[in-house]
This record gives sequence, structure tokens and C-alpha cells, in this order.
Amino acid sequence: MKTTPLHETHRTAGAKLVDFAGWDMPLHYGSQIEEHHAVRRDAGMFDTSHMLAIDVEGTGARAFLRYALANNVDRLTVPGKAQYACLLAEDGGVLDDLIVYFFTEDFFRVIVNAGTADADLAWLGNLRSRIAPALNLRPRRDLAMIAVQGPNARDKTFAALPELRAAGEPLGVFFGARIGAGASERFIARTGYTGEDGFELLVPNDQVAEVWMRLTRAGVRPCGLGARDTLRLEAGMSLYGHEIDEKVTPLESGLAWTVDLKSPRDFVGKAALLARVPARQVLGLVLPPKGGVLRAHQVVHTPHGDGEITSGTFSPTLNQSVALARLPAAVAPGDTVQVAVRDKRLDARVVKPPFARHGQSKI
Amino acid sequence: MSSIPDNLRYASSHEWMRAESDGTYTVGISDFAQEQLGDLVFLEVPEVGRKLAAGEACAVVESVKAASDVYAPVAGEVVAANEGLSDALEQVNKDPYNAWLFRIKPSNPADVQKLMDAAAYAKSIG
Repeated sequence: MKTTPLHETHRTAGAKLVDFAGWDMPLHYGSQIEEHHAVRRDAGMFDTSHMLAIDVEGTGARAFLRYALANNVDRLTVPGKAQYACLLAEDGGVLDDLIVYFFTEDFFRVIVNAGTADADLAWLGNLRSRIAPALNLRPRRDLAMIAVQGPNARDKTFAALPELRAAGEPLGVFFGARIGAGASERFIARTGYTGEDGFELLVPNDQVAEVWMRLTRAGVRPCGLGARDTLRLEAGMSLYGHEIDEKVTPLESGLAWTVDLKSPRDFVGKAALLARVPARQVLGLVLPPKGGVLRAHQVVHTPHGDGEITSGTFSPTLNQSVALARLPAAVAPGDTVQVAVRDKRLDARVVKPPFARHGQSKI
Repeated sequence: MSSIPDNLRYASSHEWMRAESDGTYTVGISDFAQEQLGDLVFLEVPEVGRKLAAGEACAVVESVKAASDVYAPVAGEVVAANEGLSDALEQVNKDPYNAWLFRIKPSNPADVQKLMDAAAYAKSIG
């Protein structure tokens, strides 16, 4: 199994480790729920070094990404600005979801999921060979990644890593900055996957254990993938392999807002997206308190046909179960649907995600 | 290391049974089971009066991560259910041998002796 440079740190801290996309990663360090609350109320951090940064370098970087991604990188005009985007196949299926950062016309960075990283590299490499052979795609396995998230994440990050303050303090939401370049580069971005403020940091592999220790000493709580999943689900964010995969389009996945179909530019998958009206959508479901727990793959019965839960869990912030579900397009927020849970059918209320953000319930 | 008290009997499906003075047995889930599940968030206990076969699924515990059935370690009748535990599920994680789920009156009290003792259970979970 693959391990990140923080693997020994997690083991020493007593983390329960699990296989995530072939990586031996922390599920929790004792209590997933307490870690979840730490991020909503204070500050927590995640080892996200299994994800991969790919630098897109050279003349024509923007034109390449304009064609490769379903969102439009022409919206990125200010250096450091980031954008959430889907990478599509020709049939409109989602190969991955990612964040792309613009720095200069010949330097963009994309950060992709762990489980799809190798396939993404191969796909992008093929596309480059066809339309931009001079471009360089540089996978940055030399960089480790930590996400520091929560209402106190900023203050605690600067207390632990004062050398990042100058670059990090002025960053707007969804902006990133690079400090140095090459082997000693550090990177700080005001992005994340929890619905809280905070940063995602990239540092050289051989420095990341020291950075993690300094953040721990500053009161940032180590959190595992368990809390990361409940936090992103409360925030209504998609998880690759659950809400999205190569069999669905972003338009059927609650991600129409990330697809630019208005501009005249062409992109991979555009023709397929235009060719059909989406029959499905992703919406939220909520059970009453103490009503049970919704889980992925449970069938959802609606007057317009059946749907399926894509991700379900107990929401520690709301103290009740919430889920994302792929439902017939005619279902609307406010409707009541029935979810098959073991031998019962439970009434669930349809809502528009997110369920919670910035420490507050949104439903 | 999981805690495994000596005075209890254990099923391979990770329930514990404690003998009460009135001939009934109290049932809960083991420390190993709660560790595997993680933070519990939902519980369904059997109705009092329900007749259970040995190994019958009769309660559900759910953690943030997963749902798990709880099985009747022996055949018998449910004589009490800990309904109030739903309001304090963290007790199952913190103190699994006091946070009981239900009490059962075995059809055949000798069945209890066929369950594992602490040493055998410790060996079974490695």
C-alpha cells in the first residue's frame, strides 16, 4: 500500500489507518465526531498528500486547459485565482474533479484526486500530445499536502508557520500563492473541502513532518478521512466515486455551476452535454433526529421514479442523518421521499445542499 | 488492546452476556466491537416480549461509518430493552460493558455456557 511522508507521524499518534484508493491513510485518531467538531468550531488538519499536484508549464497552458476542462479557465484573470472544475471524457462522463490555480500564462497548477491521479496524468498526457506537444505536465510527488480548516485555521496556521503569513494573509477565498520555486517551494491556498475557512498547504516531502508538528503544537487537531467525509458531505461537496464518476455527467450531479456552456469555446465532452437533457440531479435528503442513518446505495422512492443515495451519513453538526442522492429531475426541494433502510421505508425531506457551512446549519 | 472482562460470556459476533441474579442475562457489544465501529450515532433495540432464535438479528447499532446488526447470543425472550441508551450512545464507546442493549431470558440456560469465555474471546479477536 502507498504511504504519505506523514505515515509514521500518524502511526505514532495512534491513528486508525484504512485503505483509501490504495493509500494507507488515517480514518481517525480516536473520535471522528470530535475531529469533525474541531473543524467546525476551531481548527483541524488533514494529511492530503495522497492527492496530486500537476503543474502545467509552457506556452499555451491556458489554451490547453480551456479545452481540457469543463469549467472555463478564461475566468481566471488574476494571478493566484483558483477554480473548481471537472475533467470530462468525450461522452461527458466525469473523469475527475479538481482545482485549477492560475499563476502565469505559462504556469497553471491542478490538484487532482488520489484514486484518479494516474489515469488523469495519462489522459492529460494524451490530450497534450494531440493539441499541445510543447507543454510540460509535471506531477509533483515531491510535494506533500496538508489542509488546515476551521474558523481558527488562519490564526493557528500563522502562529505555527509565521513564514507563511506574508503570502497567506492577503489571500482572498479561492486564491493561492507560491513561495519560492522548484525543490524548496511552498504553496498556500485559501481552499478546502470542509465548508470552513482555512488553507491548503504544499511543502516539500522532507519538511512536512516538521510542519505537521508545528501545527499540532499551535493547537490544530489532526483529523482523519472520516471527519473529512462528514464535513464535505455537510458542505454539500461531491466525492469522486460517489456523486460523480465516469458514468454520469456534471449536469446530472449538481455541478452544472462548474460547466461553462455559454461561451463559444469548445471543450472535451461539450457536444455530449449539449446533446441530452439531464434526467437526473443530485439533491440533499434529511431524516428527522433519531430517525436512523442514510447510507450510499440505498434506494430512494419518489412519485417520479426511483433514485439512489450517493453518500449518506450522520451529520454531527445537525445531529441527524443527511445524504446526497441522485434523483429524477422532477423531484424538488421540499418534497418528501421514501428511503429503503433495511426492512423499512423512512420518510426523508428533500433539501438543496449544503446542509451546514461555517459552523451553522443551512437547512 | 480491547478490554475483555472475565465475568462475561462472549459470542463470535461480538456480543457480551452477563448473568443476573434473576436468571436473565444482560446483552451488550464488546469493546472490540465498539472500537471497530467508531463513534455510535444510532441504536435500535428489540421489543420487550420478542422471542429470539440464537443468532437472530435483533438490534442495530450504527456508527458514523457503518451499520451493524446485533445478534441474539442464545435463544430466548427479550425481558427488557435499554430505550434510554439512544440519548447517550457515547456510553457504548466509553463504557461498553455497562452500556447494555437488552436483557434476555434464555430458553435453555445451558446455552450460555456454550459461548466463549474471556480467554477464548481474546484469542478469537487476535
